[in-house]
Amino acid sequence: MPAPIRLRELIRTIRTARTQAEEREMIQKECAAIRSSFREEDNTYRCRNVAKLLYMHMLGYPAHFGQLECLKLIASQKFTDKRIGYLGAMLLLDERQDVHLLMTNCIKNDLNHSTQYVQGLALCTLGCMGSSEMCRDLAGEVEKLLKTSNSYLRKKVTLCAVHVIRKVPELMEMFLPATKNLLSEKNHGVLHTSVVLLTEMCERSPDMLAHFRKLVPQLVRILKNLIMSGYSPEHDVSGISDPFLQVRILRLLRILGKGDDDSSEAMNDILAQVATNTETSKNVGNAILYETVLTIMDIKSESGLRVLAINILGRFLLNNDKNIRYVALTSLLKTVQTDHNAVQRHRSTIVDCLKDLDVSIKRRAMELSFALVNGNNIRGMMKELLYFLDSCDPEFKADCASGVFLAAEKYAPSKRWHIDTIMRVLTTAGSYVRDDSVPNLIQLITNSVEMHAYTVQRLYKALLDDISQQPLVQVASWCIGEYGDLLVSGQCEEEEPIQVTEDEVLDVLEGLLVSNLSTPVTRGYALTAIMKLSTRFTSVNRIKKVVSIYGSSIDVELQQRAVEYNALFKKYDHMRNGFHLSLLMIINFRFFVVLSSFKMVQVCLSCLCVVPILQANDLLDLLGGNDVVPVIQNTVSTKPASAGGELLDLLGDLSLSGIPPMTAYNKNGLKIDFTFERANPNPNIAVITIHASNSTEADMTDFVFQAAVPKTFQLQLLSPSSNVVPALNQGTVTQVIRVLNPQKQQLRMRIKLTYTHKGSAVQDLAEVNNFPPQSWQ
Amino acid sequence: MRFLLLFSRQGKLRLQKWFTSMSDREKKKIIRDMTTMVLARQARSCNFLQWKDLKIIYKRYASLYFCLAVESQENELLALEIIHRYVELLDKYFGNVCELDIIFNFEKAYFILDEFLMGGEIQETSKQIVNRSIEASDMLQEVRFTDSPCVRREAGF
Repeated sequence: MPAPIRLRELIRTIRTARTQAEEREMIQKECAAIRSSFREEDNTYRCRNVAKLLYMHMLGYPAHFGQLECLKLIASQKFTDKRIGYLGAMLLLDERQDVHLLMTNCIKNDLNHSTQYVQGLALCTLGCMGSSEMCRDLAGEVEKLLKTSNSYLRKKVTLCAVHVIRKVPELMEMFLPATKNLLSEKNHGVLHTSVVLLTEMCERSPDMLAHFRKLVPQLVRILKNLIMSGYSPEHDVSGISDPFLQVRILRLLRILGKGDDDSSEAMNDILAQVATNTETSKNVGNAILYETVLTIMDIKSESGLRVLAINILGRFLLNNDKNIRYVALTSLLKTVQTDHNAVQRHRSTIVDCLKDLDVSIKRRAMELSFALVNGNNIRGMMKELLYFLDSCDPEFKADCASGVFLAAEKYAPSKRWHIDTIMRVLTTAGSYVRDDSVPNLIQLITNSVEMHAYTVQRLYKALLDDISQQPLVQVASWCIGEYGDLLVSGQCEEEEPIQVTEDEVLDVLEGLLVSNLSTPVTRGYALTAIMKLSTRFTSVNRIKKVVSIYGSSIDVELQQRAVEYNALFKKYDHMRNGFHLSLLMIINFRFFVVLSSFKMVQVCLSCLCVVPILQANDLLDLLGGNDVVPVIQNTVSTKPASAGGELLDLLGDLSLSGIPPMTAYNKNGLKIDFTFERANPNPNIAVITIHASNSTEADMTDFVFQAAVPKTFQLQLLSPSSNVVPALNQGTVTQVIRVLNPQKQQLRMRIKLTYTHKGSAVQDLAEVNNFPPQSWQ
Repeated sequence: MRFLLLFSRQGKLRLQKWFTSMSDREKKKIIRDMTTMVLARQARSCNFLQWKDLKIIYKRYASLYFCLAVESQENELLALEIIHRYVELLDKYFGNVCELDIIFNFEKAYFILDEFLMGGEIQETSKQIVNRSIEASDMLQEVRFTDSPCVRREAGF
């Protein structure tokens, strides 16, 4: 049997392969040769074969059949074999397979080997990939070795101990005695690994942390020596002595000083010294400054030191080196909450970073800019951010748009400015705006009553330019449907009113319906808008025609809407005009804002047909006509509302029943309001609609509302609008409760709320006792 | 530190060191993700990336990309120094190290790494000590190399 080819020979051969297939063939051939060599239990060439296998493994080919061979190599007496064997073990074995446990005994023996380099191999393997079982078995050996005075071994054992602690935290106590004089070492390697061990222990156990606080003076001294000592060739990096050790000590000081006044004070001077004396021309100096800044910000440092730290970050922002700018932005983002004013001073530099070419820097600058926006700088900041929105990469646009909306909502100096800002976002980044912004914007526009004419005019003009951006088109359609009369009448105070006819408006809306660019949702908005204009415009016939055409549309949603609208025209034409404009508005509005889903819009539309009948009594007061009454009363019973209960509740929101709404629950950012109406015809049934809103910054998912009432009542809970309560009051979840109270007793309720918030499950029980008397009397 | 990867401009892996236990599938996915992300970076971008909850620090030396993943509380600027130190160690050992050295002597690259880092932490901050340890270990090998650097690529197993 000829000797297996050498490793380098194999590498050279494989590299000559011109195709993947050729390479695979060579590998397979060699693997076969290696396998038969393994079968022959050849000791001489085992090392060579495993080395070759490791090379092939790196190329991505399977090499598991070499695992046992690695174990044999480790058990060999030859150093070359052990070296390759341990390397193979680290590459091919892992703790998920039991076979790795076979290593334990070999490692144990090698830990006690007479040659320190063999001990080193064993320690390295244990410290890199030792499983919990192995660590448990060998912890005793490690602890024993910690007492060695051999610095080459000491540093390796110390890191091995760190690994053991990470894998089996309960064993941490075992290493405590060995930490007695850990810092009195002169050898930097040992010192560095000792600091790592101390850090690991302090991070894991508050008791250890308290215990090791006494080391602060010693650490300060060591750091001082490093800074003050002259040039040391062994540890010098660009004029700085052992930056790795310096950074590690600073990190440990951070942990020890956090939340502790005495320790923080003890390290104050040295931190100031490092902050002012470190050479900043090279990356290594800045690395130390960076760590110093992080430490200053985390401990209880005096304000002068904190300002010094933020100024260092400010200087970093002006550095030519991109990495340093990036790191500065990241750190400032962390401190902006606690040291807001200090960071504000660097606002203009931060805003300049928005124009940086580097993507990572731009993102950080954007996040930080939004964090810095406040009532004073909103106009200036928004100008910069909108400019950024115009020119940034698509990956940023959605986040930036959301950020702009949030900031505008919080700090808008005037309604017109707010609307203008929204318009700007919709027209420049309209396609990237998130879906849930559309209902929010509609709500905002509705609330800005005096701006309606201005808003609808601007939106109309925007539509004339571009109908491709769906969120913009949807908001615009809704507004035109709602305020089309203002548009046509040319009443605009804020700017020059445009002259537009009803036909022109209908042209635009019909254009949306037929355009390929419009999504089904947009088409729905357009059709509904056209319908709504039937009560605002005079060209009703044209609208009727459009609506009836879509009665046979392929799109089921459009078809259904059109059919129902047609019904309104045919059967309730006499009511259509009298139909209180605000009802239509509020129904549409509530659904679009609160429920925002196609299905519910459908329900809403069915309601449009049903509601006029059922609420006729109330409406008659507005209409002032009596002849309609008999017709309507007869049809009450024969017209089954498809979703009768919920539909009534919609109108109930108008407080037609006169019962004031109440807040039932308000805790941890979750607020639940109750609104009431009486169900016709049974006055003993109180229909309560819950509105759940969430003012925290994270969504509440899997939201479930449950209620229980005393025995004399009966409760019916209908299905909720959704089970996600969006963050920052961006929407509400509604649910209807019907309570039968035949004995007219005082209404009491116990509610249970469960939801998931920021990853953890929350559950709360509450009593609701503050029901207004009208709800149950 | 979580892992260290070395790969060529074409995305060929030259060294992989994992500091935490992971399945083969996960490792392969990470390698794919890293090579794709890093190779897509523009020439004068900063050397830092955010990937899941880790910070990725990468630097190109000639035709090799060094890619280090650290946890969020670690110092990125120092990570650049760690990468640089490793390159210096390789350079001292091989004498003007190039990618070919690492291809043909990958096991030595691992040995040197294992004298510098262990379990995701730095074990020795002195260049000379690391070099001396490697040389001493080499002397113990029963299969000897000559001292001439150019032969380093040829002799061996």
